[in-house]
Amino acid sequence: MGTLAEEIFSYKLGRPVSAGEIVIVDVDHVMSHDTTSPLAIQAFRKLTGERGGRVFDSARAHIVFDHIVPAATVAAATLQRDIRGFAREQGIQILQEGICHQVMPERGFVAPGEIIVGADSHTCTYGALGAFATGMGSTDIGVAYATGRSWFRVPETINVRLTGQLQPGVYVKDVTLELVRRIGVDGANYRALEYSGSLVESLSISERFTLCNMAIEMGAKTGLVAPDATTEAWLRGRVNRSYPMLQPQNPRYERVVEVDVSDLSPLIACPPDVNNVVPVEQVEHIQIDQVFLGTCTNGRLDDLAIAASILRGRTIHPNTRMVVIPASREVYLEALRLGYIETFIQAGASVGTPGCGPCIGRHFGVLGPGERALTTMNRNFTGRMGDPTAEIYLGSPATVAATAITGHITDPRQFLA
Amino acid sequence: MGRIWKLGDNINTDVIIPGRYNVTTDRAQLAKYCLCEILPEFAQQVRQGDIIMAGHNFGCGSSREHAPAAIQASGVKAVIARSFARIFYRNAINIGLPVLICEEAVLNSEDGQEADVDLEQGLITNLTTGQRFQAQPLPPFIARIVEAGGIIEYIRREGTLR
Repeated sequence: MGTLAEEIFSYKLGRPVSAGEIVIVDVDHVMSHDTTSPLAIQAFRKLTGERGGRVFDSARAHIVFDHIVPAATVAAATLQRDIRGFAREQGIQILQEGICHQVMPERGFVAPGEIIVGADSHTCTYGALGAFATGMGSTDIGVAYATGRSWFRVPETINVRLTGQLQPGVYVKDVTLELVRRIGVDGANYRALEYSGSLVESLSISERFTLCNMAIEMGAKTGLVAPDATTEAWLRGRVNRSYPMLQPQNPRYERVVEVDVSDLSPLIACPPDVNNVVPVEQVEHIQIDQVFLGTCTNGRLDDLAIAASILRGRTIHPNTRMVVIPASREVYLEALRLGYIETFIQAGASVGTPGCGPCIGRHFGVLGPGERALTTMNRNFTGRMGDPTAEIYLGSPATVAATAITGHITDPRQFLA
Repeated sequence: MGRIWKLGDNINTDVIIPGRYNVTTDRAQLAKYCLCEILPEFAQQVRQGDIIMAGHNFGCGSSREHAPAAIQASGVKAVIARSFARIFYRNAINIGLPVLICEEAVLNSEDGQEADVDLEQGLITNLTTGQRFQAQPLPPFIARIVEAGGIIEYIRREGTLR
């Protein structure tokens, strides 16, 4: 009897647990990436001794290179060399084919009812498939690599009920920004967000990833969607093991947030906090130096499709540059096949290797002093994309594509036929 | 005892240690850029024993453990906030950086004042005003990790994670 989070922990432990309890559980998968692995390896060594320590299960320990790939500096290359050494020693496969939060589900390392911990705050994305997945620091992940276990405080749950129909030009990214505006940047701190309602049921897995990805932007431990036929269809061919289709059972929610999305318009989160959300028309005059389409929030095939449909036959404004980075190799190849990549290149965009790109300000499109970017990212924090005086605005792939054409923040609805 | 560095709400891990400076495991290197986006003078002026006081949701954003590590390496004795973001709070406890939740201490202290913390008792003293404040007690399991000096030390002591 409980929320989806309580059901997952109860299933794992074989006894009913409820919010507030501190539990220690065996985790199903553990992940770290090129930036967080070095400290995780340090913690692992400290715990297991300099030599001879083994990870709990090399098939369920995953290292993804995505933050700076290919390595942009000697410092990054050195850390990556050391991580490769650790991976070889432990028999861990390093995945270098896109953003960890895209690659983990694509590769079948996420299934409903599983518990996954990752050394990256956006690990909460996997909740879209009905798994309990949460971001932790490197030391926690080093401990999980060594022991296969982690401790959790079973979280209270806020139920987010989404109903109504999205207007043309309005997307799940806009809904997500509206939720951050309403709930606030710490309104869900320590809690799980469980998304339900007729809109959520109608969403694709990609759209559910967008929704759950930004749960952390409200402080949440994770975002969750109960698995359904859409989930099963997406997992077919990716996950061969059996998994439980756990559902909330007479849940007691801490509170319920109801949003009818029918009246929403395209939204923009203004710097420097994600809850500074305004309708696009309020900021349409703002000149943009660079747009960026990609990331674990909006770098998937449907995101590229929306942007390509707006950019087809058009070119980017001469005062603006555009960076496009598919979230994974799988997405990239499919986008190539469907002609989206050609559309972007012909429009004047730079297309990058799957990975995080400029989202964390290290390479492939960092910003100079005073520059402004509109991106499909999840964070608009000071200095995140480069110089601390640069400004980051967040919006949907459609808004980003429309803005690329005009050079200033633009309502995408004027480009929809 | 040390100087109070007073910060506002929602101090995120990108401003505690920017992504462009955290491609390292060298803690002294991290300390050099600690809080550089909002307090460029911090790294130069911070002294052993200083205390950070902050508003709500301190440490929100990225899971980078480089953030509490940078603060710890800069010599800060404790971070006292009205509330912490979850991953930062956990990371700080795991690596042995003292983090205390105390609304009253933050509301009644100013930047540049002197303070000290009795970590065992959770007792915060503003030495400039003479006021004393009691931080929120920790849940027993977390208190045991803090007492051990971090999660690694805790597991070594217990023999396993339990």
